[in-house]
Amino acid sequence: MNDFRKKPGIDRSGIKEVFIEGLLLISALASILAIFLIIIFVFAKGLPLIAKVGVFKFLFSSTWDPVNGQFGIATMIAGSLAITLGALIWAVPLGLALSIFLSEIASPRIKGIMVPMIELLAGLPSVIYGFFGLVIIVPFIRDYLGGPGFSILAGSVILGIMVLPTIVNIARDAITVVPREYREGSLALGATQWETISRIVLPSASSGIITAIVLGMGRAVGETMAVVLITGNVTRMPESILSPVRSMTGNVVLEMGYATGDHQLALFATGVVLFVFIIILNALVSVGRKERV
Amino acid sequence: MKAYGNLKEKFIYMFIWLGAAFVAFTLLTIIAYVFVKGIGTISWEFITAIPSRMGKEGGISSAIVGTIYLTVVALLISTPLGIGSAVYLTEYQKRNSRFSRAVEMSAEALSGIPSIIFGLFGFIFFVIFLGLGWSILSGGLTLAIMILPTIMRTTQEALRAVPEEFRSNSLALGASKWQTISKIVLPSSAPGIVTGVILSIGRSVGETAAILLTAGSALGMPLLPTDPARSMSVHLYYLAAEGISMERAYGTALLLIVMILIINYLANLSLRRFTYRLKS
Repeated sequence: MNDFRKKPGIDRSGIKEVFIEGLLLISALASILAIFLIIIFVFAKGLPLIAKVGVFKFLFSSTWDPVNGQFGIATMIAGSLAITLGALIWAVPLGLALSIFLSEIASPRIKGIMVPMIELLAGLPSVIYGFFGLVIIVPFIRDYLGGPGFSILAGSVILGIMVLPTIVNIARDAITVVPREYREGSLALGATQWETISRIVLPSASSGIITAIVLGMGRAVGETMAVVLITGNVTRMPESILSPVRSMTGNVVLEMGYATGDHQLALFATGVVLFVFIIILNALVSVGRKERV
Repeated sequence: MKAYGNLKEKFIYMFIWLGAAFVAFTLLTIIAYVFVKGIGTISWEFITAIPSRMGKEGGISSAIVGTIYLTVVALLISTPLGIGSAVYLTEYQKRNSRFSRAVEMSAEALSGIPSIIFGLFGFIFFVIFLGLGWSILSGGLTLAIMILPTIMRTTQEALRAVPEEFRSNSLALGASKWQTISKIVLPSSAPGIVTGVILSIGRSVGETAAILLTAGSALGMPLLPTDPARSMSVHLYYLAAEGISMERAYGTALLLIVMILIINYLANLSLRRFTYRLKS
């Protein structure tokens, strides 16, 4: 593309060209600058407090008592992990089923209805999901299953719906790029459509499917507004899926409004732990991608 | 053996069809439920009056203005940056050059960061460090970073879809590189770029956590970019979380969903135009 690019001469239009290229270069640097600033500022605020409290104590103490300077986020790590796992347990099989449905089974007409629906599912604001969970799922759990209703279960139900589009979109792409010859070869050998899907198509798409699950996990761990409205937000270790929990994200959004001093730093530290978690998940994805190439 | 296999397959297909039906059902339930419960709240007053008594009474006009204001600020910053970086990467850099990879990786990392982290960053950087306070400006800048990857990626895809002959023909006619980009390449990829911008509007309108930490939650009508504001999504959060008024929460949720529906429809429309234009 650049082969036919001429070096601009020293005339006015040449200077203009160079100036514009410079402007474009600067805008391209914006993303790099942004990611660096985010990492530096969030870590600079959060790390000193983790060092002060002690990494071990911050991560594994279950006492969160900001008034008395006790900062342990074990209950929130447990809360975040519990609702994330609860969401993935049902959203991954359903998401896979949907990806298979859309890429292998559905007629173009049904696809034309389902794909926009999944886009819309992805486009709905998380606060809407939280609100829906608050008025429907929470009372339902309270009335029929017991407990306060605000619970790991409520969070898992709503988060599962929210991560579906992430899983479906990525897994569907992975399934779609499996070469047609694989399918035709398998069918020609007498395999049924399902045998072809389960033994040929899914294994060939497996790394993409794993990427879908990992990114879905990242989405679930980082979700804030939906979770904060429906999980009850208490800083106690959960005993069952009907127990209320507080997520790491919830901790930040609930207390940021009035926190000062060490308390505020501890909220940034909570953000740092969440951030590290997301970085690890993204690293897993890019390692997987490199292996595939 | 074969019969068993058939039965098993039938069962699996049934599960898959049920799954698809479940998803459609869930989406329609959410939308229908909010519509039915919220439609009674919608009135001229609800849309045009400023909330009073924490939102228990009055309307949500300041939250609507806040949402639009924040979105406009974010777009004003992010659209030129996103399009600019996409143009630089696709037109001035070789594909997969070191620099391109670095920018693309940064954008990908940005799109994977949870909104609450953007909120923390926006708070410490824009609100405190740059001294912008809880304001439209802080919120808009934070949103701008969040939507930058979307605009950049969709623009890149749109630019790549422009046939190479368009460029070489224009250059052969003596146009300069920038003339070629601004008169030929950008116009032919415009609908694709517009789709990305519309999708970003959707993201901005729905964003809550990051705005809560950077724009504040003032109920008054924001006038200057330095005023604090509350968006509709933040307003909905407060109404629901603190049980201020469920009736008004339904109304706000309904308006939000309607906005998102319109935005999604427009995005699909412009995407279809783009594919159509490329085909013809």
